[in-house]
Amino acid sequence: MDKPYAITLSVGSSLANHTGSWRVEHPEYVNRMPPCNKACPAGENVQNWLYIAEDGSYEQAWRELIKENPFPAIMGRVCYHPCQTACNRSFLDEAVGINSVERFLGDHALEKGWKIDPPEHETGLAVLVIGAGPAGLSAAYQLRRMGHQVVVRDATHQPGGMMRYGIPKYRLPREVLDAEINRIKEMGVIFQLNTRVDDVHDALEEGFDAVFMAIGAQLSKRTYIPAGESARILDAISVLHHFEDGQTPMLGRKVVIYGGGNTAMDVARTAKRLGAEEAIIVYRRTRDKAPANDQEIEEALEEGILIKWLSTVKYMGEDDMMIEKMALDEKGFPQPTGEFETLEADSLILALGQEVDFSLLGNNVDLDVKSGVMDVDTNMMTTHPGIFAGGDMVEGDRTVTTSVGHGKKAAKYIDAWLRQTKVEAKEEKDAVAFEDLNTWYYTDAPHAVRERLAATRRVYDFSEVVQGLDESTALYEARRCMSCGNCFECDNCFGVCPDNAIKKLGPGWGYEIDLDYCKGCGICVSECPASAIEMVSDL
Amino acid sequence: MLRQVEGSKAVADAVAACAPEVICAYPISPQTHIVEGLSALVKDGSLKNCEFINVESEFAAMSVAIGASATGARTYTATASQGLLYMIEAVYNASGLGLPIVMTVANRAIGGPINIWNDHSDSMSQRDCGWLQLYAENNQEAVDLHIQAFRIAEEMSIPVMVCMDGFILTHAYEQVDIPTREEVKTFLPPFTPRQHLDPADPVSIGAMVGPESFTEVKYLAHQRMIDSLRKVQEVADDFERHFGRKTGGQLRSYRTEGADTVVLALGSVIGTLKDVVDELQLDGHSIGLVGLTSFRPFPFHALAEALKGAKRVVILEKAFSTGTGGIVTQDVVRAIEGMGIKDFTVIAGLGGRPITIASLREYLTNAMQENVERITFLDLETETIEKELSKERALR
Amino acid sequence: MSTTQIKFYQVGSFAVGNRLLREDERSVQSDPERTNALTSGHRACQGCGEALGARYALDAAMRATNDQLIAVNATGCLEVFSTPYPESSWRVAWLHSLFGNAPAVATGVAAALKAKGNHTTRVVAQGGDGATVDIGFGALSGMFERNDDVLYICYDNEAYMNTGVQRSGATPPAARTATTQAVGAKPGNVFGQGKYLPKIAMAHDIPYVATATIADLRDLEAKVERAMTMHGSRYLHVLVPCPLGWGSASCDTIKIARLATQSGLFPVFEAINGEVVASSKIRKKVSVEEYLKLQTRYSHLFSPQRNDEVIDHLQRIADKNIERYELMGE
Repeated sequence: MDKPYAITLSVGSSLANHTGSWRVEHPEYVNRMPPCNKACPAGENVQNWLYIAEDGSYEQAWRELIKENPFPAIMGRVCYHPCQTACNRSFLDEAVGINSVERFLGDHALEKGWKIDPPEHETGLAVLVIGAGPAGLSAAYQLRRMGHQVVVRDATHQPGGMMRYGIPKYRLPREVLDAEINRIKEMGVIFQLNTRVDDVHDALEEGFDAVFMAIGAQLSKRTYIPAGESARILDAISVLHHFEDGQTPMLGRKVVIYGGGNTAMDVARTAKRLGAEEAIIVYRRTRDKAPANDQEIEEALEEGILIKWLSTVKYMGEDDMMIEKMALDEKGFPQPTGEFETLEADSLILALGQEVDFSLLGNNVDLDVKSGVMDVDTNMMTTHPGIFAGGDMVEGDRTVTTSVGHGKKAAKYIDAWLRQTKVEAKEEKDAVAFEDLNTWYYTDAPHAVRERLAATRRVYDFSEVVQGLDESTALYEARRCMSCGNCFECDNCFGVCPDNAIKKLGPGWGYEIDLDYCKGCGICVSECPASAIEMVSDL
Repeated sequence: MLRQVEGSKAVADAVAACAPEVICAYPISPQTHIVEGLSALVKDGSLKNCEFINVESEFAAMSVAIGASATGARTYTATASQGLLYMIEAVYNASGLGLPIVMTVANRAIGGPINIWNDHSDSMSQRDCGWLQLYAENNQEAVDLHIQAFRIAEEMSIPVMVCMDGFILTHAYEQVDIPTREEVKTFLPPFTPRQHLDPADPVSIGAMVGPESFTEVKYLAHQRMIDSLRKVQEVADDFERHFGRKTGGQLRSYRTEGADTVVLALGSVIGTLKDVVDELQLDGHSIGLVGLTSFRPFPFHALAEALKGAKRVVILEKAFSTGTGGIVTQDVVRAIEGMGIKDFTVIAGLGGRPITIASLREYLTNAMQENVERITFLDLETETIEKELSKERALR
Repeated sequence: MSTTQIKFYQVGSFAVGNRLLREDERSVQSDPERTNALTSGHRACQGCGEALGARYALDAAMRATNDQLIAVNATGCLEVFSTPYPESSWRVAWLHSLFGNAPAVATGVAAALKAKGNHTTRVVAQGGDGATVDIGFGALSGMFERNDDVLYICYDNEAYMNTGVQRSGATPPAARTATTQAVGAKPGNVFGQGKYLPKIAMAHDIPYVATATIADLRDLEAKVERAMTMHGSRYLHVLVPCPLGWGSASCDTIKIARLATQSGLFPVFEAINGEVVASSKIRKKVSVEEYLKLQTRYSHLFSPQRNDEVIDHLQRIADKNIERYELMGE
């Protein structure tokens, strides 16, 4: 079209005017630390695998997940999910049910029979892992992925450690446990069961290039309890272990469990399932001080288990026992009151915690023990070069997830040690705070609740108590993730820029700031729901 | 075909024959009959493919016209007096954007005091607005000028005002030949806008222009206006070829051969002046008449030619610039610069005061003797003026 | 409500788009092929709400009309920053005439299209609050009364920003402008009767009147789209905060618009044939103070000492809106 001079202009001709020159700062896309990732003892990149799962790419999500943790189906059942405790969404409505999505992915993988790829190359180096518990298996898995030859030795006849001998099957069905361990076997990890290692030093001499000790804490702590001659006092670990091996322990009709941890809950619930009319937990402090996971306490109570808070066992007889009520002093510590109560009890099971059996250290003094646990450095190596340790036998939370994390971490340092390289220190990043997010953009979407078996039904057998999510619910749950600190391609920045200075690069590619036009107003930063953009000075 | 019709109706029919696509108007005397006539033609279906918009003000009228014309529609509106003043901002904008709108100004005085009768104060106030201004001598010329105006406007991309004296022409019944639509078609081709709003070929019309280019924009408008002088004549000549009538053009001389005194005027008063010139010539006076059709663009060259040989020129104006004098005079003076022609201005017919043959004869008789002031207000009530002036001055 | 409610949890209907949404559920702005009716290189201030609002609205109108759109623009910031010779930021057929005549010019465009038998090209007129509620008010009312086939969009930033932040008929009470300075016994704008154009538009019984803000893109787009399904005069009043005139941080433009709605000061609703048919419910109610304190045009209400009387008065205005337009959910 003919255009009269100056008064009529060609459309879009302002592109010649590069308004970027006005700017003193510009936005940059960043990947910040989501609180779930930071909280995960196994170091899972939770936000990332949720992100991948959100569009239904379950296999890809699962593969991302198992880079850090080979047991999603197990985790989805036994992990106490600190990720959910840390989840920023809890400030908005309810935390994302990360654990249930993890279980869905784990179960889905088992259903589909997805395998772990064998290592791309063999290093020719060999590592001995002592203990087939979560720490040992996690280390074995990671080391094998790196191409090392791995032998796992365990004193028992089945792998799994406390996952098998400490966690009852109503929480972790054995077919799930077996299937996930089997996947590790299929990678070429050699299992030597019923093989107790008496002295770790011998192993090195056998020709292993490194050793990872992860034998757990198998010894029950005991306490002195005045008891009658025929009083039946057992320890929780043995009860669970024997039961797992098919020997039903004689507990009687009325069972008292002494302790307030998860093991106490597990053993009480197991006793109930074995036919005890009454299972009573005695714990000397209050509920909020009990180390047991709250959900486990809740489920125990639902199943009719009585808990005597603020009580200590004073005496155990043949078919009854005496407990003393405690009261909290000003400092909040329980003190005896002199008030006693007699309970009917056929057996007393002690669940007072566990200790490490250090017999495998042999007589050599080059391995230090400190405060009842193995002394390891930040690289998980003991005081003996080439011998590493992790799991319950070193300092840390005694949970499956922490152990998996230890195994992974140890594997990384063992690998570095074997290769004579250094693991690059990761910068400790602050987690994205709720206040950093622009939560306006997240619609309210309450937590998808996993169904649980009715309490009356579940005390009669060992069926799994907590059910999994179906696919649509798992997807819903995954999509509740707010993607803290990481772009999830919501298009907000692309939409809210008054200068069209953001280019959308297409699915998976994110966005790019067009610095020719960006005036540096910062609206994209303010309106990013996930706090995944930051302003950076141009000066 | 000759018809005995009211001037407004004749103009309405002539405009309709030009097949405008958008007509918008706000009523103001003495323009009303024109747009009433057009609204009826649109309403009864005789003027097809045309939208008639009753707007809420003259400002809106011109604004609607701007939008319509910028969209490539042949657009018409009409106004007068206060109405023209009310739309001024848009009037300037229309020419600034080069939109070939045709507008009738049914000339009327400007208040206050409010006065509905004829003079040229309204259109003269728009001397510098960038529109062409063509003044009709009679209703036939009013009809013809509208048809010519569309063609000039569209060929030059400049809006055109056709000025016709309110009441004197708009409300006068005369015999007029109004070309039919079919006849006009042969003279006025369909409107092909220089630019228009088209989603298929979008442009941004109406940019802000700063000091670096504003002078150039204005200079181009000036040149376009100067160039249109030739177009005005060409179109008039072509009109004559089509319709056999000599109307429009830059100016027309009447009995000026060898005249010592030439009267110059615009609009319907030319008819009266022709009679006066006839009478004075009969009495043996050397006097002629130039009727100025095109005030904008001003035909400096043609006027100088027309006045060649005259000793004096008397400019009759129906408007004036307060404190200065004649408006047309300023341009005439420039046209005759260095020709040794004396100029006299007579301001007449303000606010509808009749311009009588008797008064004109008396004034011109004196003017031919150069026995008049450089500027004279015809039939001024001197007694009242002197009384009021002395009163006012005493108060100061 | 006019917003398309999308069943999506991670990000609901408030974000611009999302990779997980179906194409047809995404906003116009999420489309990399969107028109960018107002493209880069314009000279609006950093964080300009009007630039954003205009692109949102016109891009939506372009999609709704299959790119068959003509836009008419009143004089003002939007016009000045988009078309200084020799560069235009528009990518639509666009005409600027004057400050006070955009509705009438648009009427002319619509009339021309109709006369030419063009029934597909649609017309949008746009202007700021000064052009709309003050100088162009007569023309707008005329356009409404005739029910001319134009969607008029007012980008309301509550003062004459282009000339340096002078008071307009849409300036809220107590706000500081260059002509209602924060001096004297009653600093800031007067508490008059207000001139709320959406209601005046509704009084014309035109087919569609709606308010929107740049804080709810999907709602804005849905309203433009709905308006484009109708013929006759339609009016959309969009709140577009002005960092310069309101004295707010350039990054807070959308946030402030959001607070305006969540405090109740700016009700978001739509009316068909003169009757309110829906309003956007407040999701996270805030006091007017939270809105006011981000803007230096209200800073005299907080320092040197807090002016409870005026703040309470403004809160009552917000509360009245909440009641009148039923802004709280069930």
